[in-house]
Amino acid sequence: MAEKILEIRNLTTGFLTDGGMVKATDRVSLDIEKGKTLCVVGESGSGKSVTALSVMRLIEYAGGMITEGEARFDKQDLVQKSQLDMLNIRGSRIAMIFQDPMSALNPVFTVGEQIAESLRTHKRLSKKEAWRQSVDMLRRVRIPDPEIRARQYPHEMSGGMCQRVVIAMALACNPELLIADEPTSALDVTVQAQILELLLQLKQEFRMSMLLITHDMGVAAEVADRITVMYAGAVVEEGTAADIFERPRHPYTIGLLQSIPGLEGERGGELYTIRGAIPPLSNIPPGCRFHPRCLYAMDLCRTNEPPLRRSLSGHMAACWLDDTGAEDPRPGNPNNRETKVTIGNRPEVTFP
Amino acid sequence: MKHEYLLEARHVTKYFPITTGLFNRVVGHVKAVDDVSLGIRSGETFGLVGESGCGKSTLARVLLKLKKATGGDIRFEGRDIEQVSSSDLRKLRQEMQIIFQDPFGSLNPRFLIKDVIAEPLRTHRKMSAKEIDYRVVELMELVGLDVSRRNRYPHEFSGGQRQRVGIARAIALNPKFIVADEAVSALDVSVQSQVLNLLQKLQKDLGLTYLFIAHGLNVVRHISDRVGVMYLGKLVEVARTEELFAHPRHPYTKVLLSAIPKPSPHRTTERIILDGDVPSPANPPSGCRFHTRCPYAQEKCATAEPLLEPTGDDRQVACHFPL
Repeated sequence: MAEKILEIRNLTTGFLTDGGMVKATDRVSLDIEKGKTLCVVGESGSGKSVTALSVMRLIEYAGGMITEGEARFDKQDLVQKSQLDMLNIRGSRIAMIFQDPMSALNPVFTVGEQIAESLRTHKRLSKKEAWRQSVDMLRRVRIPDPEIRARQYPHEMSGGMCQRVVIAMALACNPELLIADEPTSALDVTVQAQILELLLQLKQEFRMSMLLITHDMGVAAEVADRITVMYAGAVVEEGTAADIFERPRHPYTIGLLQSIPGLEGERGGELYTIRGAIPPLSNIPPGCRFHPRCLYAMDLCRTNEPPLRRSLSGHMAACWLDDTGAEDPRPGNPNNRETKVTIGNRPEVTFP
Repeated sequence: MKHEYLLEARHVTKYFPITTGLFNRVVGHVKAVDDVSLGIRSGETFGLVGESGCGKSTLARVLLKLKKATGGDIRFEGRDIEQVSSSDLRKLRQEMQIIFQDPFGSLNPRFLIKDVIAEPLRTHRKMSAKEIDYRVVELMELVGLDVSRRNRYPHEFSGGQRQRVGIARAIALNPKFIVADEAVSALDVSVQSQVLNLLQKLQKDLGLTYLFIAHGLNVVRHISDRVGVMYLGKLVEVARTEELFAHPRHPYTKVLLSAIPKPSPHRTTERIILDGDVPSPANPPSGCRFHTRCPYAQEKCATAEPLLEPTGDDRQVACHFPL
């Protein structure tokens, strides 16, 4: 098996509210292989950003706490690290970029100074050398006239240009892992196309791995090696882009894909909708969390939580109806059931 | 009298002055909408697409007379809306409504949901309290809201439900024309499909005409009969939806369509990636405004401005060398 840069196991993050502890993510497990891109997709409140912030240990500053699980990065569990240790990891070995580039930049410093800051902090470079490297970084994110641009302030740049600066800042210390939380959601489609292309090129150039969070299935299809689908705080499906788009196995993924109006084929008819609404995190249904909205829900789904099971091809889904044997590359293999592995410690129940 | 278009705009411009100094000296203009002509037919959905700052929202507000046009004329059912008297304007306002993007910012947090929906009725209709209550219940049922929650405040509703409140408010006065300005853009995919279905159902049941503005091109394709594409204050192409998406004729339309990430693991069309940014609308390029970024630009494009001309088959394109 390929080497993993990040292994998240049963990561549970909660927020203390008046009504008690609310779990924003519930036993999330996911892996990122070295040099690969994992996209986490899901709707608002599915826990995708909370997962990323928990890995960065920034969630504690947002009022959350990790109650269970681990996040192994380069064989070290980030959950057990002190915030002091995290200071040396964040920005230097794991970098993160956010949705709104304008608010990620400090308006009173030039962009060159802001890139130089992280180089001076993490690499202890001299002022002159840090400046030289930050101009070089602007060139590497394909900003024209980098010497001039480095002396400009964020308000003098467009949204797309600012996002390039943020990317330059994140990559300045040559991180092994880049976490991008909705990096193109605030941008127009033509600019989004530029930034996605840039991220893919830079991933090769810097030999880094990427965790990209998006609500846009199209963006995920474009950049992902593997895709994780989250619903109401939990992982419901994981697989390659082909697995997710051509052979989706969880009813939520299937419903989500059907709800998106297409760019080809028939149009104008009634769109498919998933019945009901996303449950509040303080009131997650028992059993399978999707069962009240699921067209195929059985009695078992109302009481027992389905484990996330892996098929031989590596496609994972958390659904009782899912018969992963159908995916076996060797048809008729009698050992299909035994080859399924339960990931994490979600309840293991024998299939009835 | 029957008109071909419910709403017709001819050579509409909207300039915002750029001022400077103590006396607000005007030093230039942002040409947000520059010489746009279009017609919206009764009962159709006209989609308007373009990137931020292209002037699509400004155009919609000018068409509704929420902003005064700098030039050109706008006719609603054949009447020039710039010329109507103030009492006629009151009537006109009832015919044209708007649904906004932000379901959080567009509802007064101090109003109960029933009051949000009743407000246009109280302003424009002489109805008793009982009649208003009855109409509010009717409207809430029409848009699929739980009537028992009418005495609650907006913050108790989810984004999709608030957007339904915005829709109920817009249809309260039985308008003919509704502008949906990014009405589904802030919603999650699963909620978006519910609201799109509602908008289509209401159009069929109430005979509405929509101007549907969005940057999500798949959504526009789904709901629109015809689509107009804007770039830097200009309408560059208008066509029936199927034709526009299958065979874009303006290079910008082609680029825009190719840039959309498709939810499929196989890419069927080649992606065209533009260089640089959208130029400033205060100082747009000479000739064709797209020539600085156009992959097909020729010499003529830098000097002569192409006009939006019909190319047959109910289609218009503003390009010297259409594809």
